[in-house]
Parts: sequence; structure tokens; C-alpha cells
Amino acid sequence: MWTRALWLGLRASAGGRRGFPSKADPQGSRRVTAELIEHLERLALVDFGSQEAVARLEKAIAFADRLRAVDTDGVEPMESVLEDRCLYLRSDNVVEGNCAEELLQNSHRVVEEYFVAPPGNISWPKLDEKEPFSHC
Amino acid sequence: MATPILRWCCPGRRWVFAGIGSVSRHGRGVPTGSTSSGKRGQSSVAQQPLITAQKPRKGEREWAAVVGLEIHAQIASNSKLFSGSQVDFAAPPNSLVSFFDASLPGTLPVLNRRCVEAAVMTGLALDCHINRRSLFDRKHYFYADLPAGYQITQQRLPIAVNGSLVYSVCVGKRQSQMVTKTAGVKQIQLEQDSGKSLHDSLRSQTLVDLNRAGVGLLEVVLEPDMSCGEEAAAAIRELQLILQALGTSQANMAEGQLRVDANISVHNPGEPLGVRTEVKNLNSARFLAKAIDYEIQRQINELENGGKILNETRSFDYKLGFMPEPNLPPLLLYDSGSLPTGTDPQQVINIDQLREQLPELPRVTREKLVQQYGMLPEHSFALLNEVGLLEFFQNVIKETRAEPKKVTSWVLNTFLGFLKQQNLAVSESPVTPSALAELLDLLDRKAISSSAAKQVFQELWRSKGKTPAQIVAEKKLELMQDAEVLEQLCRSTLEAHPQVVTDVKKGNPRAINKLIGLVRRATLGRADPTVIKEVLERQLSS
Repeated sequence: MWTRALWLGLRASAGGRRGFPSKADPQGSRRVTAELIEHLERLALVDFGSQEAVARLEKAIAFADRLRAVDTDGVEPMESVLEDRCLYLRSDNVVEGNCAEELLQNSHRVVEEYFVAPPGNISWPKLDEKEPFSHC
Repeated sequence: MATPILRWCCPGRRWVFAGIGSVSRHGRGVPTGSTSSGKRGQSSVAQQPLITAQKPRKGEREWAAVVGLEIHAQIASNSKLFSGSQVDFAAPPNSLVSFFDASLPGTLPVLNRRCVEAAVMTGLALDCHINRRSLFDRKHYFYADLPAGYQITQQRLPIAVNGSLVYSVCVGKRQSQMVTKTAGVKQIQLEQDSGKSLHDSLRSQTLVDLNRAGVGLLEVVLEPDMSCGEEAAAAIRELQLILQALGTSQANMAEGQLRVDANISVHNPGEPLGVRTEVKNLNSARFLAKAIDYEIQRQINELENGGKILNETRSFDYKLGFMPEPNLPPLLLYDSGSLPTGTDPQQVINIDQLREQLPELPRVTREKLVQQYGMLPEHSFALLNEVGLLEFFQNVIKETRAEPKKVTSWVLNTFLGFLKQQNLAVSESPVTPSALAELLDLLDRKAISSSAAKQVFQELWRSKGKTPAQIVAEKKLELMQDAEVLEQLCRSTLEAHPQVVTDVKKGNPRAINKLIGLVRRATLGRADPTVIKEVLERQLSS
């Protein structure tokens, strides 16, 4: 699912000067910079620990790039395959919920009907950004 | 550059470098969304407190602040935005959570009609353009209280755009005059609320309650048209009143039903706008104005000290993590002219019908009060500012023969004063509208004086069950009805104090008050001072 997020990210990034030395890339400008890797790692929580992993990433992008072979000039992009379906509107009635016990069974750890998660945002060595929403 | 013009950026507020040597940041006390770099050395301006309405000295720069707001209001609905679990705030943890809210695989979002109506009504009340076609997106980020890993929102094409919020601020030395201002509404969008996290730092864990996850939110984005904390607070207050009047949100900040993020920057008038910082999650009306002003002052101090404002929450220019929500088709709205035929009315939302059903907005209610009762605009604001006060006022008006102006004055000064003193809500008042109406009737008939009326009111407040008439009788507060007795008393007072009489005749304006006081004592407070004055003056001139 996150491949699409990566795709969007790479399309939007300006070509960086520094970066992992990679084999001659057919698409030239599609170098993946260290900065971008760090950013993507944070967003997608994937560890691109090795040069091999980065190379694999670049190959994956090149593979997806083959979509460009399709001529889409003048074709309006779809939102989703459902886009001409009717959006169903539900009446404002309470019909579900009240299944805390069932839901909590899915959790590895539980404390008094609360789900237990690691502290703060997901821990990640390079993560120094503030969390997007602070709720309590 | 043109000679610096004194820019009146905010009623009573000119931003001046306050000469604070170092800026202290209190951990959680003042949330700021940024850090700053640059010299933080000795200031070359002598330490002085920030004084408002002070002319900037030679060499001192004028600053203008720009404040934009993002408001999240919880929609008042029975069930959540995309699922049928209940919306409630005092339930056991995770008891109001459906499989969809917990993001279990195989679940899909189903849009709640009531939430769409709430969004349309709010858009109409804020004079927005309602988009006949709007789209849902996913905004991805990782946090323990966001089980799906994304929030369904309407970033690209929201349900309403381009409106305006009209609000008023108090100006003038006594804060009594009201000035109307407008803040542009950039957009209104529907989105999901997240769950709640309780941080347990002792055991290094976070406890997550998903009861709030999936509750419908209206995000209202206001353009940066405000210039200080007071304006922002006034705008928020008006939005609160509008949402409450519409019934689309209870908008109670203390209960987290209304949350505000402020975007703040400063610049020198005439020059480009400065770097924005974000102050997040303001959830108290009083704190909001202070926090915004604090951030404005902090930025000014930083820039005056030669530093820079850094915005850390947006380190990348492009927005990552957005994609269209693939499980929801576009949301289509209709008006009377475009209604599709032969469809289930439950599946169709008619904007024109909603517009017709809009309740009266606070602005209109206030205008009507001013027109109907001749009160000042600030009085109409005060009446709408307290829950239940308007209804109380209207009930008194219904039952009394006294002039509306008198009623206004008594309700806003005496009645409200007592409420505030004892920190009571209107619903907890020991004095009923009927009781006040009766009291005002006695006053109107001149059965009692106004000072006696105040005494009666105090007694009404203290002892429940007694009527004003009873209290008047008990305390013998009735005004003397016999004019002859009063004439007699005045004459004898004049005779007994020839020196004072001479003073009055000499033109001493205060001497007459002494005489009035003497007569009042003689009547045991049962005569109206104005009447006494009339009689005395008449007798003195004859």
C-alpha cells in the first residue's frame, strides 16, 4: 500500500545532488537521495538499511515507470473505480459498538480495557519531528 | 521607503519590541510549534514592560501580526461519520467502537447523512459556496490512536469554500464600543476524529481509547485576516455561537468539542509576510488570546534580536501522505433545480431545503433585539453571550409593563452581576423571570424607589419563595404615597437648616444634596430622591 506513497514522493522530489551511487539509471533523473530515503523511511516505517535495499527500491520504481508507456493525453484521471457509483447515505442511528471485549482480544497487550501501544510516536532512531497531532 | 505610518493593527494594540533579554519557554505551558535560531544576546533596548497605546520611539520598528485559524468542531450527531457506533463522551474505554473504527480488515466506511447536513448548514451560515461535488481523501500518518494509519478527510475538494465569518470586537477606553470585522472562511471539510492517547511515561507505554475514533469533525479554516489574540478569540466566540444556534456542534472548548490551531506570523507593515509558526490545540477561550499574543511577542522579540523564525512542522514543501479515498465515490449534493427524479429522498440532500430550514443566526437575533428594544449593540452581545440569558430576558419582558430599557439594564447589570458574583448559570438563578417582572412593575408604578428595588432584589436572591410584594411589605419599603406629608417634611427641613438654604440660594450645587439627604432620613427612606429634589426646588424658588 505504501508503494503508492513512495511513488508520489519520488515524483515530487527534485533531483538531489548527493545520494547513493547507483548504476546508470535509464531514467537519469530518478536518483534517490539520502534525504529522500530518510524522509520515506520515516513516513513508511521501512528500513532502507543497505545500499542493496536502495538499489532494489530504484528497480521497483523503474518497473512502475513503465506505466508511462501508456498514452494518457486528454484522458481525465479517475478518482476511483467507484466514481460513478452513488454514495450511499446512512441514517444517523446507533447500530454498532459495545464490543470492547471482542476488540481487545486482538491486542497483544491490554491494560484495563485500553489498548497498549509504545510511548509517543512510533520510535525510530532518526525521528526528530514533532508528532502531527497531540491529542491529550 | 515611505515614512512609517502608524498602523492600527488591532484595537488598542500596537506591537512594540518589549526589550525582553531572553525568551523563556515553559514546557507544556505555552505550546509553540517552532524553535528559533539566531543571536539571543543582550538587548540594546532598556528593559521595559510592554505598554499598549504607546507611540513607537524613533528607530523602533512597527510590527503587524497576521493570525489564521484552523478550527475542529465535533459534529453533534448520534453516530459517527463513517460507522454506526455511538458518539458519547463519558463511556467506558473502547465500548463505543465498531469494527470499522478499530480498522479491522474487511470493513468499509459508510457516510452518515446527518454529518453531511451539518456541514452544509454550517457552510450556508458562513456564506460559503457549497460544492455540489466534493471528494474524500486519506491523510496518512502513524500514531497509536489512528488505527487505520490514515484519517479520512476532504483535502482536495471540500464540501464548502469561500465564505466569511462576521464578528465584533470591543474597542474604546472602556471596551464598550463594538466594531465589526470579517474573517474569510477558506474552506469547510468533513473529517474523522482520532482516538485518545493516555501517556504513561512511568511504564513507558501509551494507553489508547478509540471511543472518539471516527467521530465526525467539521474543519473550518479561517484566512489569516486576524491581527491579534483578541480578534481571534472574538472570531472563535462568534463561530461557537453560530454552531450552537445551528445545532451542528455543541462547540464546548472545555470538553474538547471545539479545538483551535493558530497560524501566526509577524512582519513590518508594507513588507512581505513573515514565516508562519503554528500554535496547536488551544482548547480554552481565555488561553487562546493569551497564547496567540505571546507567540506574536516572541516572534517580534526574536526578530528584533536579529534571529530568525523557523517553522519546524513543515520541513518539506510538498504534502506527502495524501491519496484519494478509494472506498468512497464523490459526494453529490443537489438543489431544488437539480433534484434527480425517482430517487429515494433519504439518499438525496437538497441544499435549498436546508437553507430554508436554517435557524436564526446570532447576528440576526442581535439586530432584532436592537431594533425591537432600542438597546445598544453591546447589550445584545451580552444577552447572547450567556446560556439562557436571552430567554430569561424575553420572559421578563413578556410579563412586565416596565420599559424594555429598564429591563435590559436590570438583567445585564443587577441580575447578571449577582450570577457572576456567585458563579451561577442562569438556570441556577434563585430569582425567576416572574419575580423580576413583578419587581419591575412595582418600580414602574412608583410604588417603591430604585434603591428600595435593589434591596428587594437582594432579598429575593437570598430567600426563595417570597414575592417582591411580600418583601416590600415586610421591610416597609413602600414609597410614601401621601404628597402632603412629603411637602410638610420638606418645609420643616428647610426651616430647620437656614444656613444650607442660604448656600443653595447662593448657587452651591452640592448644598441641595445635603437637604435631600436630610429629607430622606426623615422619611425613613420611603421617598424617591428625585421627587424630593423636585419638591425642595419648588419650595426654595417660591
